[in-house]
Amino acid sequence: MSATQSLGAAEAETLHAILASHRGVEGVLLPILHDVQAAFGHVPPEALPIIAADQVISLAEAHGVMSFYHDFRAEPAGRRVLKLCRAEACQAMGADALADHARARTGLDWHETTADGAITLEPVFCLGLCACGPAAMVDGKLLGRVDAAKLDTILEGRA
Amino acid sequence: MKIWVPLDSAAVALGADEVAAAITAEAARRGVPLELVRNGSRGMVWLEPLVEVELDGIRHGFGPITLADVPALFDDGLAHSKAIGAVADHPWMAGQTRLTFARVGITDPLSLDDYRVHGGLEGLTRALGMDKAGIVKDVTDSGLRGRGGAGFPTGIKWKTVSDAVADRKYIVCNADEGDSATFADRMLMEGDPFCLIEGMVIAGLATGATKGFVYIRSEYPIAITVMQRAVRIARDHGLLGLSVLGSSHAFEIEIRVGAGAYVCGEETSLLNSLEGKRGIVRAKPPLPALQGFMGKPTVVNNVLSLATVPIIMARGAGFYRDFGIGRSRGTMPLQIAGNARFGGLYEVAFGLTLSQIVDDIAGGTATGRPVKAVQVGGPLGAWFPRSLFDTPFGYEEFAAKDGLIGHAGLTIVDDRTDMLGMARFAMEFCAVESCGKCTPCRIGAVRGVETIDRIAAGDASALPLLTDLCATMKSGSLCALGGFTPYPVMSALTHFPDDFARAKEAAE
Repeated sequence: MSATQSLGAAEAETLHAILASHRGVEGVLLPILHDVQAAFGHVPPEALPIIAADQVISLAEAHGVMSFYHDFRAEPAGRRVLKLCRAEACQAMGADALADHARARTGLDWHETTADGAITLEPVFCLGLCACGPAAMVDGKLLGRVDAAKLDTILEGRA
Repeated sequence: MKIWVPLDSAAVALGADEVAAAITAEAARRGVPLELVRNGSRGMVWLEPLVEVELDGIRHGFGPITLADVPALFDDGLAHSKAIGAVADHPWMAGQTRLTFARVGITDPLSLDDYRVHGGLEGLTRALGMDKAGIVKDVTDSGLRGRGGAGFPTGIKWKTVSDAVADRKYIVCNADEGDSATFADRMLMEGDPFCLIEGMVIAGLATGATKGFVYIRSEYPIAITVMQRAVRIARDHGLLGLSVLGSSHAFEIEIRVGAGAYVCGEETSLLNSLEGKRGIVRAKPPLPALQGFMGKPTVVNNVLSLATVPIIMARGAGFYRDFGIGRSRGTMPLQIAGNARFGGLYEVAFGLTLSQIVDDIAGGTATGRPVKAVQVGGPLGAWFPRSLFDTPFGYEEFAAKDGLIGHAGLTIVDDRTDMLGMARFAMEFCAVESCGKCTPCRIGAVRGVETIDRIAAGDASALPLLTDLCATMKSGSLCALGGFTPYPVMSALTHFPDDFARAKEAAE
């Protein structure tokens, strides 16, 4: 099995540094994938064979792990990532209507990115903000009691 | 001037970081010397960001504080428009029995000195003078049961690992708190991380394990940061390492981050994830206590179970056991969520009725409309109608009403809620999050969504099919995801048949 594409020299160096930093640690594939995604913004498909070889697992296994978890993406996300909580406690405070508003405003459905790469819309099932819903996470920042007006300031880049 | 502004996720999500920055700037502008502590949350989430100011040696609360409220904190004192009085005397705080959460909101979460001053390390110090069997006996005698939801006696699990013979054993803390309506693990880790560390070290002493993992979900960035910093501090001060507090015992902790898979809150799936595999559920037996992480004997405990051990060891098994009812001993941190007038964390002995919790403590709904139902125990818990609000909060008491207390999260919904929609969501969630290993869960959940859609379209013949499908999922699934999804579905159908019938009329 061989990768159809290969990483550039700088990217390969970054990847090898990540792999080296985890050497000797038990069951370390998730920490590696987190670091790779933090460094590249996604897990590049061409990085997987190198990770698999380092961990002495098959490419199929590496792909299986990467694709199992919602967090890992094979392609870059938009410049901003908006995650809206869809779980019960947030629904009780109007999360469904908020999600409808977000989808109408952006023209996106869940997991989609706008054509200009500005924003990605994702569902999340619970941010632990269940007493101050509806909750959201924008580029890693937590937000509680989100309403349509607050969402609009985010979507318009004013927050 | 000493001021506390929580670093807790809920407070931060409501603007605590900006408030803290404004307070710092205002103090500098006025030339007032400021000691700013970023504490955990007191759990009164409707008042967050809840700022506390020390006045005449008493911590007074002000909340919810906006940026515009900040300057007056320096001028008005008790006359401030957002003043709630002395925090400890607030009815929400005064009514609680805080054992697991004794320090949360009070101390500086990252000060080991503060931790000691408030009773920290007393339990570990006592445990270091005991043998393994003695520690296991105390935890068993305390009546502590797994707080993650399953309610398995913690001491019995520890004894199995303690008695197992192996070259390596592990303590795994399950901090993959994915259930909607639950946030107690997060609050504990953010507000009192050393308490969890202390509990894990004691678990290590009791079982002979020398390595621990805390598996925290990636949706909890602040909890991850606080725990990572606390572990480094604990290491620097000899609480962790080759010689725990100068003893001959070694213990080390590593923080691991999940990757957005709900099913990894199930212990065997969590172990696979920790090993770097897909989070697929394992068949039991073998029990994780005998063959867990890397096939070695492993304690897998919830955050709250482990964080409750220090006070049991410090105050004795009897002290803890004396709280509660029936076989539900001690206290439970209730997490009041959803459409609640007063939402947040309320730790109290088992035994309150659901009505006392929902009507008295939560004060009904935030929208002011009648409470329609309460889902107890997260997305896999049953919906309780008002006719069952006299049920006392306890493991067996809720099981007797075809429900569960789970991790003690309560989602309150008002009378506008469509219970057919909630049942459909439960099936949809199960379909999205199923690990795919067993058929009843993987395929059953998809069929469940379709069947509920048929009912919504007016096809009454699909009702017995849904009941039958739920029975199959309940008895045929490998873990609680497929096995417990029938709880919200069947309770919605049983207690709110009108919502399923109304949909039919609408379709006709």
